Amino acid sequence: MNLIPTRDLSTKEVPRKLRITVLRHNPSEPDITPYLQTFEVVEGEGMTLFIALNEIREQQDASLQFDFVCRAGVCGSCAMIINGKPALACRTLTRDLPDHIQLAPLPGFELIGDLSVNTGKWMRHMAERVQTWLHRAEQTVSLDALEERQDPDLAEKIYELERCIECGCCVAACGTAQMRPDFVGAVGILQLARFKLDPRDTREDADYYQVIGDESGVFGCMTLLGCEDVCPKELPLAQQIAYMRRQMALVK
Amino acid sequence: MEIVHTDALIIGGGLAGLRTAIGVRRRGFDAIVLSLVPAKRSHSATAQGGMQASLGNSVKGQGDNEDVHFLDTVRGSDWGADQEVVRMFVHTAPKAVRELAAWGVPWNRVRAGDRHSVVDGKSVTLKEAEGAHGLIDARNFGGTAKWRTCYVSDGTGHSLLYTMSNQAIAEQIPVHERMEALSLIHEDGRCCGAVVRNLATGQLLVYIAKAVAIATGGCGRLYRTTTNAVINEGMGAAMALETGIASLGNMEAVQFHPTAIVPSGILVTEGCRGDGGLLLDVDGNRFMAEYEPEKKELASRDVVSRWMEHHIRSGKGVKSRFGDHLWLDIRLLGKEHITTRLREVNEICHYFLGIDPVEKLIPVRPAQHYSMGGVRTNYTGQSLQLRGLFAVGEAACWDMHGFNRLGGNSLAETVVGGMIVGEYMAEFMESSSWDFRFSAGVVQQAVTAQQKLLSSFTGPENPVRIIEEMRSIMSEKVGIYRTGAELREAVTQLQSLLQRAKHIGVKSGARGANPELVSAYRAGRMLKLALCIAQGALQREESRGAHFRADFPLRNDRDWLCRTLATWEDPEQMAPTLRYEPLDVMRMELPPGWRGYGAKERIEHPYTAQRQAEVEAARNQGKSRYELQRELMPFEHLLPESLRGRNARFQEDSV
Repeated sequence: MNLIPTRDLSTKEVPRKLRITVLRHNPSEPDITPYLQTFEVVEGEGMTLFIALNEIREQQDASLQFDFVCRAGVCGSCAMIINGKPALACRTLTRDLPDHIQLAPLPGFELIGDLSVNTGKWMRHMAERVQTWLHRAEQTVSLDALEERQDPDLAEKIYELERCIECGCCVAACGTAQMRPDFVGAVGILQLARFKLDPRDTREDADYYQVIGDESGVFGCMTLLGCEDVCPKELPLAQQIAYMRRQMALVK
Repeated sequence: MEIVHTDALIIGGGLAGLRTAIGVRRRGFDAIVLSLVPAKRSHSATAQGGMQASLGNSVKGQGDNEDVHFLDTVRGSDWGADQEVVRMFVHTAPKAVRELAAWGVPWNRVRAGDRHSVVDGKSVTLKEAEGAHGLIDARNFGGTAKWRTCYVSDGTGHSLLYTMSNQAIAEQIPVHERMEALSLIHEDGRCCGAVVRNLATGQLLVYIAKAVAIATGGCGRLYRTTTNAVINEGMGAAMALETGIASLGNMEAVQFHPTAIVPSGILVTEGCRGDGGLLLDVDGNRFMAEYEPEKKELASRDVVSRWMEHHIRSGKGVKSRFGDHLWLDIRLLGKEHITTRLREVNEICHYFLGIDPVEKLIPVRPAQHYSMGGVRTNYTGQSLQLRGLFAVGEAACWDMHGFNRLGGNSLAETVVGGMIVGEYMAEFMESSSWDFRFSAGVVQQAVTAQQKLLSSFTGPENPVRIIEEMRSIMSEKVGIYRTGAELREAVTQLQSLLQRAKHIGVKSGARGANPELVSAYRAGRMLKLALCIAQGALQREESRGAHFRADFPLRNDRDWLCRTLATWEDPEQMAPTLRYEPLDVMRMELPPGWRGYGAKERIEHPYTAQRQAEVEAARNQGKSRYELQRELMPFEHLLPESLRGRNARFQEDSV
């Protein structure tokens, strides 16, 4: 857990003046080349990048594009490069950053404009490709009967791997993903690990091998583990990639 | 102009919309889901605590069944709900939980043997039955007689949305992301599609469909302080309102959640209190025990929020530079519980407050959370006035929440609603193909109207300022405590904003997304919704559920046992037209009474005593619970056939 050092802004005489530099480009205006633009914002108590960026858009530049939805760190919309590292902007407090903040869109995804990228399209494609749903033997289940029992510990372990919010930070921090557009990323491998853990899923290792048993899957990972460093949900990505790779290597 | 044809057009990619789409698809129809954002980013993901369904597996859920869930929900609604719809809902909720389990949701499961828990501030040890081991567990929530809220840690919404969304992908349902429906296309009282704007490119498109469902969630962003995601601006309901035909029900019924953190308004789940957390004031005093000796922190949300505001107003709040607040104390639950069952709460406290809730108190204050009102529909989810238009989930008012929703009933409603409405949409499409037509003229007119609107923003007014002013008015004058004087002021001020909204200017001519333009065309729509809430609240001279009038503090069944219907026939009118739809006491399974918490005094309906006597006479005949229920208020015939089966329960079956 990343504990925030609490610094009481109220004791400071003058609030900081933040300089926020944004890498800007609007693909709908192809004649304008990408450029850096710097905005000045007076820091407020408890200010997050969600607050700062909205203030910029409301008061300085109404055309600035970025994505926020839940603004509570659970929906995964607002991942961007913050001073060189992928992170969720909504829960990044400005007090943890220097006076000069540099923002850029997440690499590895189609740019919609400025800080907004199309993670949705990428994730849907990944989900279709590796089939991120439970493959059951029977097609229909009686909704009137008692539910199938599940071991309480197993249920918790599955949830542990299901906490991914598809924010795209792991893809942005991944060397392979930057070189191979078809790489499923830590996000894809983790999601398959979740179904592999679930005894109700009828897929066998050979089936998983079909979808991630090559260099666009587990064997593309160079073990740089940038994914694990930046995952905002602190998911066990390195462990699960290693586990899946070992399992896939054993498939005959 | 690109024209997309489909059978069912589902507007909204959250749980309700996705489950509706799956239902329609399974009946052999094509469905397209439109979503402002990637479906997995919908607001459903932020639901933390869980979903109510009377499985009765846990020891504290023993004896639970549809009847108990029904009573809790109707009492929670302060008798504003449609009791037949509540029956349909409580009957289907266990099926929804079981379907989700079969699709992969890792519900927390009962562990046989000793279970340590905190109840009413004290540490207790419960014993779970051997026979329940591995069945779906439940936690305690407010306003319920049993522990009934099924949960996945405190990421229940996330887990459900991912499972549902992946299921929709498995069933090859296309989700058109970053698409905003601007207006409904309709002809002769029949809805046949929508004019849609691509939020990434700015292009307009037309979708033609045999049936349309609005599943756009709530409208919390009409308020300054809300737990809602930034996309919850009520545009689905506004679009229905702007048809001039469809009506909105009970828009004045707005829920304020007791525990939003200060100042950001981010929610921490009711599960904190359900699991044993306490509310404390500036003196560290557990004040809810004084106001509500029976339910304490676990009275319904409207009651707890009202007492919190009252307590703050009586000077017992904690002062801060963001205004006064109270404390939520979950320290007594212990580190293990907090880091496993309340881990999202734990993260929120660390990231947004910089505190560790294992050791520190959480600053909380009530914030807007949920809209009980929405597009008024019948029990099938279809609009009463516009054929072919359906609504489901928070965007709808079918109406199972009345004037206050219980925690855990909204997540359940999204899925249950989707299961039921999906079936009825399919039935509608099967039986009404004769009725489906659209003429090029009507489509062209609808497109031209939006094009005209989008190019009309050349005035001096700033849309963002207007929306900000609206939010302040709503939070200050249409909040938890309402008075006639303040509501009248609110209506006047909102009307003047609506006038100003006709002169909005957009400075940025940027092609593509253009967020400023988005604010511009939404401002007027949001104001219309805000006026439905404020005007509805002004005219409703009683207090019921979350609608509290300090100048009319009693619930008045004699004059106000009715549902508010708002329409906006003429685009130029400056206030909604309000009508009232009476609720029939003589058909209620549970006649109006005291909720078991909150105010005991009320003005009775003249028929209540008679109906009460009938109900009691029926109860004394010694019938089984199923027979008795059928006699009092038959509902099974209202359900799609596939959902009528009796729910198995481990205790009932083993007794």
